[in-house]
Amino acid sequence: MNQSEKTLLLGNAAVARGLYEAGCSFVSSYPGTPSTEVTEEVANYPEVYAEWAPNEKVALEAAFGASLSGVRSFAGMKHVGLNVAADPLFTMAYTGINGGLVIAVADDMGMHSSQNEQDSRHYAISAKVPMVEPADSEECRSFVKAAYELSERFDTPVLFRLSTRIAHSRSLVALADREDVARREYVKNPQKYVMMPANARGRHVFVEDRMAKLAELAETTGLNKIIPGDKKLGIIASGIAYCYAREALGDNASYLKLGLIHPLSEKLIREFAASVDRLIVIEELDDVFESQIKKMGIACEGKSLFSLLGEYSAELIEKVICGKETSGYDLPAPVPGRPPVLCPGCPHRGVFYVLSKLKLTVSGDIGCYTLGALAPLSALDTTLCMGASISGLHGFVKAGGEEAAKKSVAVIGDSTFIHSGITGLINIVYNQSNATVMILDNSITGMTGHQQNPCTGKTLQNDPTYAVDLEALCKAVGVKRVSVVDPFDIAAVEATVKEELAANEPSVIIARRPCALLKSVKAQPALKVDADKCRRCKACMKIGCPAISFDAEHGAKIDFSLCTGCGLCEKLCKFDAIIG
Amino acid sequence: MTNILIVGVGGQGSLLASRILGAFYTKRGLDVKLSEVHGMSQRGGSVVTYVRAGERVDSPIISRHTADMILSFEAIEAARYLEYLKPDGALITSTQEIDPMPVITGAAKYPSDILDQIADLGVKAVSMDALSLAVEAGSPKAANVVMIGAASNVLGGSEEEWLEVLAACVPPKFLEMNRKAFLLGRAAHCSK
Repeated sequence: MNQSEKTLLLGNAAVARGLYEAGCSFVSSYPGTPSTEVTEEVANYPEVYAEWAPNEKVALEAAFGASLSGVRSFAGMKHVGLNVAADPLFTMAYTGINGGLVIAVADDMGMHSSQNEQDSRHYAISAKVPMVEPADSEECRSFVKAAYELSERFDTPVLFRLSTRIAHSRSLVALADREDVARREYVKNPQKYVMMPANARGRHVFVEDRMAKLAELAETTGLNKIIPGDKKLGIIASGIAYCYAREALGDNASYLKLGLIHPLSEKLIREFAASVDRLIVIEELDDVFESQIKKMGIACEGKSLFSLLGEYSAELIEKVICGKETSGYDLPAPVPGRPPVLCPGCPHRGVFYVLSKLKLTVSGDIGCYTLGALAPLSALDTTLCMGASISGLHGFVKAGGEEAAKKSVAVIGDSTFIHSGITGLINIVYNQSNATVMILDNSITGMTGHQQNPCTGKTLQNDPTYAVDLEALCKAVGVKRVSVVDPFDIAAVEATVKEELAANEPSVIIARRPCALLKSVKAQPALKVDADKCRRCKACMKIGCPAISFDAEHGAKIDFSLCTGCGLCEKLCKFDAIIG
Repeated sequence: MTNILIVGVGGQGSLLASRILGAFYTKRGLDVKLSEVHGMSQRGGSVVTYVRAGERVDSPIISRHTADMILSFEAIEAARYLEYLKPDGALITSTQEIDPMPVITGAAKYPSDILDQIADLGVKAVSMDALSLAVEAGSPKAANVVMIGAASNVLGGSEEEWLEVLAACVPPKFLEMNRKAFLLGRAAHCSK
């Protein structure tokens, strides 16, 4: 096939294509950068049922149920999402599957959009399941199909490892038709599927036997490939690290490119090592391959040359291995940084302005509102993981006593609240801490790029569905004080926060206004500054709106191309200098 | 191998710009890789998209000092990624200035002479008011396509070829506006 007949696909879209072609018919996922688009894209194929689950554990368990019923199923998540889904994963490794089950997990080297840099390959080792890793969009497509074959042949869930640079790069893909996969019959088999100790002991034997068989397969599978070149240097790599190495070293090295990255192919590695003068393992994050290869008694270099931190690049590899230094244009001074910010018109801004003004300790969570931690709002004290704002506040308030209770709140988004905030709230009520929780309900899962969730009343396909009634839910678990405020009404936000902090029982404040980027939210005309009236007091600068700039000579200025006319700055101006 | 960086501020439309370039090179029968930024960095942060085309492309990422072109939607973003440009590479930048948060909070100053500083280094640079041209075409959001119009002069290809690619990349509803934006950018660059 000519290049021009191929399709330029995002890695994640190619995974979706692979799911379609492999005859997968059930997908359940929770959004998380850089994995989100797999599920968004697969929803475009009517042959595949796809849904957003409330969290990754639910998604994986749903995919397991679909597999049990006899169809090929899939769950997708980011690296930290697999922590949430780890519980079912480890025991699913014992039960095995019925219809093929593939789980995509996307690592985020360099932490472009994550709270840690964990290496998901450890999960394959500790859960004792095979893991496959593609190096471009074409492999994203074709390796998914290979993963289903592995899954069904070896009766195992298969982990499919992605990384930011594979998931979010576009490259050319040769499309194929959808396979016709027959539904497998479900047969009741408690010894296999009921993991009580007596049965699980038997299944553990199966698991170890399966790993031994997979290790044999690793020697011959087409997923691993030797690319011969100069024998003076041998490189072992997978995924994006292979792309960097190949770019940097070209034919000046030979490569063992791993596609099946767990279990490793010991004989193949041994033969490859014997065929080259010097062996270097190039792997981002942890020394997962290197330590296993050294355990085989094969000499190699790896982390003595390359870092455990961040992303690699072709440039880095050229520098470390070839000693190549390049130079180019160099400006005399660095330019100011540009960290991400809350968007103009963001409803979270009003809430953080108030929390910052009241100097409260704010237990934060994962989402767009994490950006409330940055100056000038500087409102957050913690961000740990999904749901931790609420459970963390409970501990903080219980241990800190009344003083802590009067000076601290938790903030959490609607999607994150459903994901794992609700259990923390139940703990607050059950164990009676005087905590104040704010649900920042912007009617969408924002940071990952606008996914529907159980609160929005719409499915992944934008079809209408039941919307969780947050007020009723909070009341049902025993919170008596539930109030709703408009985050743009900063006077009301301040009054409500003060009132609920003063109350001697748990409270929930729902700050409700849709995300400014939603198509259904119409921007108002941009505001302007009347330069004659501006007294240079900088009150409007306290909200950290990217549309407002300031210089001493001209005072405040609003960028018409960015302003959404939300009116928050107008409310803060005591001199009526901001006008519509 | 052609290496192009598209840089700007999250929300300025660098994804569409890279997709247009990707479609242009794919149509020419080349191997193509694009690398994009999604998620947190898109929220008004500094964003970079890499476009690579050639007989065979391995890494989707461009090494420093090897870019044939930097297409920049904002003035200090051009400076931030300038080290990626190879010595005879071309810089095309919009003169639009968007204050980053450290400037808004007063922790840093916007270097208003930044494009002069770049010119002083002897960079092959063209700057243009892409925002005004986009407004003229019908929407400030079309500044990305204005910049693609400007880049098309350097990258080769006939006007017809580019307009065909553009039509395949933008929704029909916005095609006329984007055509106008493209042609305004192409003409403005020629007159520099």
